[in-house]
Amino acid sequence: MKLSREWLGEYTRIDASDKDYCDAMTMSGSKVEGWEVTGSEISNVVVGRVDSIERHTNSDHMWVCRVDVGGRCVQIVTGAQNVRAGDLVPVALDGSTLPGGVEIHTGKLRGELSEGMLCSLKELGLEQRDFPYAIEDGIFILEEDCAPGDDIRGVCGFGDSVVEFEITNNRPDCLSVRGLARESAATFHTPLTLPEPAVKGGAGDIRDMLSVEIQNGELCPRYTAKMVKNIRIAPSPKWMRRRLRASGVRPINNIVDITNYVMLEYGQPMHAFDYSCLHEGKIVVRNAREGEVMQTLDGNDRPLTPDMLVIADAESPVGIAGVMGGFNSEITDDTSVIVFESANFSGPSIRHTAISLGMRTDASSRFEKGLDILGTIPAVDRACELVELLGAGEVMDGTIDVIGKAPETTRIALEPERINALLGTDIPREFMVSTLTELGFTVEGDTITVPSWREDCKRMADIAEEVARFWGYDRIEYSDIRGVEVEGGYSPLQIFRKSLGEICRAAGYTEVITYSFVSPSAWDKIRVSADSPLRDAYTILNPLGEDTSVMRTTSLPSMLGVLSTNLNRRNPSARLYEMATVYRKAGELADERQILTLGAYGDGADFYAVKGTVEALLRAARTPDVRFEADRANSAYHPGRCASVWSGDTRLGSVGQIHPDVCRAFGLEDETFCAELDSVLLWELRGAENVYAPLPRFPAITRDLAVVCDRGVTVGELSACIRGAEAAELKDVRFFDVYVGPGIPEGKKSVAFSLTLRSDEGTLTDEHAQNAMDRILTALKEKLGAVIR
Amino acid sequence: MKEMLEALREASRRAIEEAQDMDALDTLRVRYLGKKGELTAILKQMGRLSAEERPVVGQLANAVRAELESELDRRKAALAARLQELKLEAETLDVTIPGRELRLGKKHVLNTVLDEVTDIFIGMGFSIAEGPEIELSEYDFDRLNIPENHTVREWTDTFYITRDEKVHLRCQTSPMQVRVMDAMKPPIRILAPGRVYRKDEVDATHSPMFHQIEGLVIDKGITMGDLKGTLNTLMRRIYGPDTVTRFRPHHFPFTEPSCEMDVQCFECHGKGCRVCKGEGWIEILGAGMVHPHVLEMSGIDPDVYSGFAFGVGLERLAMRRFQISDMRLLYENDVRFLSQF
Repeated sequence: MKLSREWLGEYTRIDASDKDYCDAMTMSGSKVEGWEVTGSEISNVVVGRVDSIERHTNSDHMWVCRVDVGGRCVQIVTGAQNVRAGDLVPVALDGSTLPGGVEIHTGKLRGELSEGMLCSLKELGLEQRDFPYAIEDGIFILEEDCAPGDDIRGVCGFGDSVVEFEITNNRPDCLSVRGLARESAATFHTPLTLPEPAVKGGAGDIRDMLSVEIQNGELCPRYTAKMVKNIRIAPSPKWMRRRLRASGVRPINNIVDITNYVMLEYGQPMHAFDYSCLHEGKIVVRNAREGEVMQTLDGNDRPLTPDMLVIADAESPVGIAGVMGGFNSEITDDTSVIVFESANFSGPSIRHTAISLGMRTDASSRFEKGLDILGTIPAVDRACELVELLGAGEVMDGTIDVIGKAPETTRIALEPERINALLGTDIPREFMVSTLTELGFTVEGDTITVPSWREDCKRMADIAEEVARFWGYDRIEYSDIRGVEVEGGYSPLQIFRKSLGEICRAAGYTEVITYSFVSPSAWDKIRVSADSPLRDAYTILNPLGEDTSVMRTTSLPSMLGVLSTNLNRRNPSARLYEMATVYRKAGELADERQILTLGAYGDGADFYAVKGTVEALLRAARTPDVRFEADRANSAYHPGRCASVWSGDTRLGSVGQIHPDVCRAFGLEDETFCAELDSVLLWELRGAENVYAPLPRFPAITRDLAVVCDRGVTVGELSACIRGAEAAELKDVRFFDVYVGPGIPEGKKSVAFSLTLRSDEGTLTDEHAQNAMDRILTALKEKLGAVIR
Repeated sequence: MKEMLEALREASRRAIEEAQDMDALDTLRVRYLGKKGELTAILKQMGRLSAEERPVVGQLANAVRAELESELDRRKAALAARLQELKLEAETLDVTIPGRELRLGKKHVLNTVLDEVTDIFIGMGFSIAEGPEIELSEYDFDRLNIPENHTVREWTDTFYITRDEKVHLRCQTSPMQVRVMDAMKPPIRILAPGRVYRKDEVDATHSPMFHQIEGLVIDKGITMGDLKGTLNTLMRRIYGPDTVTRFRPHHFPFTEPSCEMDVQCFECHGKGCRVCKGEGWIEILGAGMVHPHVLEMSGIDPDVYSGFAFGVGLERLAMRRFQISDMRLLYENDVRFLSQF
């Protein structure tokens, strides 16, 4: 909402500077977005009188003018053809500035000195509608009351301060000059004068010509109309045009300008119909009929549906209620009788209609916030008052005012103690009463009556806000939270999750955060099978684009995307992790769980490095019964280099090298590694907290063991066999080498382990140790055919 | 014999002093003090001495032996010290060569700031709540007093999952207020951080997915002063003790009274500059006293309890804190960016 301070001054006089005014309004709840002084880009442009004009000797279309700019004469060359001796014109002098950052300097045009420029409307940031007597393409020949040397800003009505407010949804009353005047007066405690419009009338009785019927009182609680005869369409006066322009509205003609002026002044949208276009002099407010189509003022045909409210005559719609008038009843130069409509419509209905038709108008955006039901009469009266003031027509007597739904008055108890208790203040009752009174509330005893334009005020908390914002939020003192002490902190699950992140970082992985939505093509890119449940995702019905249209069911594409970004930017290596939420179908809402995802490339990244981090995570989570199984079926990964991670019967996730096809799809190099671990499962399966185990009292013996076995036997099988052998003294088995080559038969390999043996009863003798080793060797030989090398 | 002993003493002293390494010292020890050494050889001749001479010579012999031994030890210690000195000299390192690189990962800058914020609130007795991002309109809109015709419900603003508009991607963390009030009774002190979604095209200051931190406090006697005090503390902890805050009226459907909090521009200290677009203040968050109707809908009596709530954009906090100029950097995850924090 743009507010002209000159216009505001009509209702309350505030002397504060623009900055002080804006600051104070912001602090009392009318947030100022910014302000500007109109014409502030214009400087050193004055009125000049053309004393003489002669053809340029070196040009057939240019003129050399001698111009009196107040006490001195300058020579100016112009290419315009509409200048005559004696004309008053705007002169941009040497060193002047014009809108758009234009600077004018003395120069020579085809050899003739030109000490400035004569200006057109456009060069001053104006258009013909602002000064209807002027022409669009030519010098602006002034018909204002002015003299050579006068500053053009004053002459053209510039110099007004225009303040732009951000008006919140709950305050449609502040989308008006009068509403903001009320807020301003309450902020500065200045007297407020809101004159009541006075209409003379006398051109016959409206009731003889017009009838109004409301068929849907829910959607149209009130419809008020007045009529004007003998319309004389003409430009509106300068003061009105200037105020409209300051408010961001283009002047059109007197009748249209009046409706816009009243909307700005009162916040009540107005519409004017050509009476001659209303069949049978009837206005019917009704729902549109199935299949009805109406051409709106902008010339478009609008298909209507029965949930839309229309203004119709006896036959067909002449306007879409609260949105836009119909082309068929538009005011034209031939219009002689008009109907002013000033109505109240249901906000949600108007909003719905405007959205359905894709036409948000200034009127609809006001109606949809809910307007003052008592505001229709003052607005229509004001329009008629202006008609009389402008001599634009003859107003008829009487007002047609149909109430579709009676308004309710809200009363609230004034409870100063409760207000102060809520705010943490000690505001006197008298302050509360005077503030409310300034805002148009009436306070009688302990009862507050809410004005009709303040539908947002319903209870004590609303009153508390009214009081607080004029008392000053800054005067409410800072305090610590009252009430009983509460024990806070992270939940055990949150601590668990954070600890997983710590391990990732200690292992050199850096955290990333990626979008929750991905492209549906992501599944193909990671080679997810057509029937995979991963493809059953929540789809956004109105996404920004295809590539952000499905909620991810797997975190892998996001990680691969980030790795790809880094590779493309020539980062030689990356170690990344994300606690990535995935969204899997489960009833009405999703099963949202965090998948701890690792990704690595470059700097020696390999399968075992990533697996090592996974193992560290599993140890930290005290995951029981961990097992890595070769997984050839996980199509996103290299079939020979992928393991699924198990805890007992529960699959926790995967670790492996990304499949070359997937790498190619993401623009990655083949040596890319990832791991995915379901953090929820890790949490659910976590082992009990460790308790102290006594440190060993007796020394351990370390024995290295190298066995030769078939190539197909895995290290996992070998170590399981070693652990499974009946050797109680065996405390630890560590794999350290696998060897294939000279000295090892074809089809075989040598695998080396380091075994730690210890007895809890006493120092282990060589004999005991050898016994244990023998049992282990026997088991290896019998179960896996592995023999000592 | 006396002369022999004196000669031995002189000769051995010189020899020990001239010995240059441990081996030479050992040889000398054997030569003079060994079973077949020179001193022993002299002592073997003691028998030839008279009874009067014997104790005198014996005493001298012992003195020479003691002296020899001590000289040997002294020389040994001196040699050892010199050897160590040489060894240390030989072991000198170029200490300017960088240490072996230990690559620690970094927390994402958003989570760094989030953890800072949560730690501050945990210190004030808050717990951390989490909830669904694919959310019911009932929680995100209806129960928050957001009217049917509010713009936030529009398909141009919110990402919808179902045609009937019952399920969408939450556009704020505020539904957590409702979920928390449904799940627990006052006193409540909850912080609910999380992802939220709005239909904004990606640019330097917008992202269709971003993070908010919701706060909710409900108890008997909670005031707007408590709200101001709490958020003022937060800002001073995050942006430094000199931070100046400003609270001004605003409107949110689920709080009444409502406010927005600004911090004074760090660049110009309120005078107005390019950073704050001439306003002198930078908008940080929205807050307010929990709307009595919101309390009622959750079965909490507004005549007994009051509370405050706030929602703050994590990106905005982090970007201001670390002077990050473009929001896209946060989601591109370029390691050169991530490793800066």
